[in-house]
Amino acid sequence: MTDLANRRPIGQKIVIWFFVLCWIIVAGFPFLWTMWGSFKVQGDFFSKADWTYALQGVRTQAETGAAFTGDGYFGAWVTKAFWHAALNTTIVVVSVVIISLSLGTLGGYALARSGKKYAFYLLMLALVFRAMPHITLVSGYLLPFFEWNLWGHLPTAIIVMVAINQPFTLWMLHSFFLNIPKDLDESAMVDGCTRFQAFRRVIVPVMWPGVITTGLFSFLLAYNDFTVTATLLSQSNQTMVPKIASFLGTTQTEGNVMFAVAAVVSATVPLFLLVMFFQRQIVSGLTAGAVKG
Amino acid sequence: MKNHTFFWFILPSLVTMMLFIAMPIGSVFIQSLHIEHGAVLTEVKNCGPFGCKMEVQVDVEATSELKKAKPLGKFNGFGTYNNRNHLAVVELSQAWNDSTNWGTYFRKIYNLPFYRALAFTLTYTFVVTPLVLMLGFCIALGVNSLPKNIKGPTIFVSLLPMIVTPLIGSLILFWMIDAEGILGASLQWLLEDPNLSLKASPNLTWVMLIVYGVWHSAPFAFIIFYAGLQTVPADTIEAAMIDGASRWERTRYVVVPHLVPLIVFITLIQLMDNFRVFEPIVSFSAQANATSLSWIIFNDLAGGEGSFFGSAGATSVLTILGVAVLLIPVLFRTWRDFKGKVV
Repeated sequence: MTDLANRRPIGQKIVIWFFVLCWIIVAGFPFLWTMWGSFKVQGDFFSKADWTYALQGVRTQAETGAAFTGDGYFGAWVTKAFWHAALNTTIVVVSVVIISLSLGTLGGYALARSGKKYAFYLLMLALVFRAMPHITLVSGYLLPFFEWNLWGHLPTAIIVMVAINQPFTLWMLHSFFLNIPKDLDESAMVDGCTRFQAFRRVIVPVMWPGVITTGLFSFLLAYNDFTVTATLLSQSNQTMVPKIASFLGTTQTEGNVMFAVAAVVSATVPLFLLVMFFQRQIVSGLTAGAVKG
Repeated sequence: MKNHTFFWFILPSLVTMMLFIAMPIGSVFIQSLHIEHGAVLTEVKNCGPFGCKMEVQVDVEATSELKKAKPLGKFNGFGTYNNRNHLAVVELSQAWNDSTNWGTYFRKIYNLPFYRALAFTLTYTFVVTPLVLMLGFCIALGVNSLPKNIKGPTIFVSLLPMIVTPLIGSLILFWMIDAEGILGASLQWLLEDPNLSLKASPNLTWVMLIVYGVWHSAPFAFIIFYAGLQTVPADTIEAAMIDGASRWERTRYVVVPHLVPLIVFITLIQLMDNFRVFEPIVSFSAQANATSLSWIIFNDLAGGEGSFFGSAGATSVLTILGVAVLLIPVLFRTWRDFKGKVV
């Protein structure tokens, strides 16, 4: 767009700046506030009497002797064994990302290169599968999993999440592979490669930007999932999100909500870092399917 | 690509989808036709100091044996669909006969768990989706006119509500609007009502959940629209300016039409995602005032009173039908476009 089109009267500029500023506060302040509050005691974080207590840490000072305290974190990570949930989350997330990308690249590549009618119908089917609420699928798994003693183990949750992830992964990688010129693998095949060799030797080396972007979204789906992990994992195998949900019940009665607050902040940190380092990929991934139409 | 090559490439992906998405849909339907076994009762002669009586007792052994032999339960046909907790056919017609006007009729329907959940789910879906579209578009327009060097950080902060785990994001908001949290306390102070609690009132709970929904999804619409704005053809804008179009007219007649495909895309994704609203109800502990279809299925499965697979199955099938209704226009459209391309 030209500069002329961007020139605005000063009044309009102020309105826009104000609006964007409001949005930034709405979007960012809750996280900032909770992160700040997680280093205080409950009396300060939930300070009905005077909200400035939360800033100055009046009760935190009275109870612990300093303006900031790591008690919430100690309680969550050590006393309530949140580290175990974090470990489980790591296992689940890494496995889901690796497996769903392996399956998805093969499938997405085939869908992008097929050109047949059934490839389109498969994509439509994937779209329908993508629309299924996860909990309806979970209610189909529970009984068979109980019967076959599959319930409660990490691998079960991993494979279920891989499957739930597939429709989205297929769509996304399919559109990335469409962007890689056909000539590339076709010329390899002319030179005597089989389709799979062409894929492995020519496409794999150039597909990483798309795979990384898709991997980010697989990561988010696995990391953010509550439905599958809360229903399919036993207490001892819980990942972070269901663990936090179970904190809600127990900590409220025991009077240590701050454990839950600390756990929530701990679980948000990896996501912060993710957005910080991969902002460009996330944005391009979100728009990959959409902007092209 | 040859058919058999295609087959081997797609096979692993297709197998997982069939096993863990298609099969559960079938299994859910079969489950919904069955119902849990009742306890096996036996009559036992119980003799005490005041003579003997025949008493009915639960035969624990026989009950667990029956459960083991037939874990699915006994066949119930469409009984579960019709009972009070689901479509409630009998209760509906009774309520119809008992009510004199629409108001009381709807109030009676609203007391039935399935319709209660349906009412909230539909309201949430159809209120949040347009609000997300509008807010996302406004933010995109706003951010697009910022100087380049502050766009990056702005986008970073804007992405947070969407990226953060829904359960965690809603918890963070929930703690802030708690009567003792910063927003809740400020509202009490502003409205001079020390007893104001956003959690206690049904209406405010709905508002809160919807506000959360918009907060959570607006970044998605924003990013898509923002990317779309980068591709608006500059020539057309300039031509419109030369023709004397004002800024508003340029937005209305050049930018918005350019973004229509994106609006369709966002609407589709939002309808699918909002229809499954679930996590915020858990973290807001809002079930007393608002339940969703996903939430009642979850409650049947893991609500603490044991698992009711039949009931969960029936609600799941009804939910899937709901999703199908939402999707039909989109699928039809895509199919028609595809046909158009081929012919």
